Amino acid sequence: MSVINLTYDVPGDDFTRAGEASGNVKKQLRRLGYNSDAIRRIAIAMYEAEINMVIHADGGEISVEIYPNKIDVKLVDHGPGIPDVEKAMQAGYSTAPDNVRSLGFGAGMGLPNIKKYTDEMKIDTVIGQGTTMYLSVHVNS
Amino acid sequence: MIVADIIKILNADIILEGDLNADIKTACGSDMMSDVLAYVKDQSVLLTGLVNPQVVRTADMMDMLCIVFVRGKKPDQTMIDLASRRGITLLSTQLRMFTACGLLYSNGLRGGCDNDECH
Repeated sequence: MSVINLTYDVPGDDFTRAGEASGNVKKQLRRLGYNSDAIRRIAIAMYEAEINMVIHADGGEISVEIYPNKIDVKLVDHGPGIPDVEKAMQAGYSTAPDNVRSLGFGAGMGLPNIKKYTDEMKIDTVIGQGTTMYLSVHVNS
Repeated sequence: MIVADIIKILNADIILEGDLNADIKTACGSDMMSDVLAYVKDQSVLLTGLVNPQVVRTADMMDMLCIVFVRGKKPDQTMIDLASRRGITLLSTQLRMFTACGLLYSNGLRGGCDNDECH
């Protein structure tokens, strides 16, 4: 099987649409017959990252590469950047505004969840310029 | 326990009917979706007082079969459409979160996280 590439523009102004890209990837992976554990792990990680993009960075772009043995996701935003990545990785630490909490997010579980469900996670962030996140889930056949 | 049992136990209204005979193994009650996403093990029903499309998306990511809205909350049409495309049953009960969870627990349903201590 060759590599399948998917790309998505994530709008920053519509919280109700956040997660559309992740839902679509999940559907595609199901159609391709990937095992449910791998699908769920990448879908949850990508969903959390997509929500982060909308909450913190006014949207961004996501590209997904589907290989037979792994799924790679790259999320690029042009938001404010993450001042302290180590702190942001701590469960419960959040800088999300109150209105985001009232929507069910901002519990400070986003990045820890992403870490928990992926096999590889890398964050490149520059203050004032944006953040790029690389996620990978390995597929056990 | 199946979805139909939950309807009876919680005296719930059916907002959207999926598979009422689907087997429900575990439950999770929360208004924080990130907390729901943190516990991935066999979650089958979500109880929540939160009403927005992210509730349905979260349930979809977790392969949940049923969402129960507590305190008489009702999902809007956007949420119903989303759930419909994913085959998720939507229910609404007048009960509060604590009571709804307690009733399901006392009828044998358990939490779904990895750690035995949090059941």
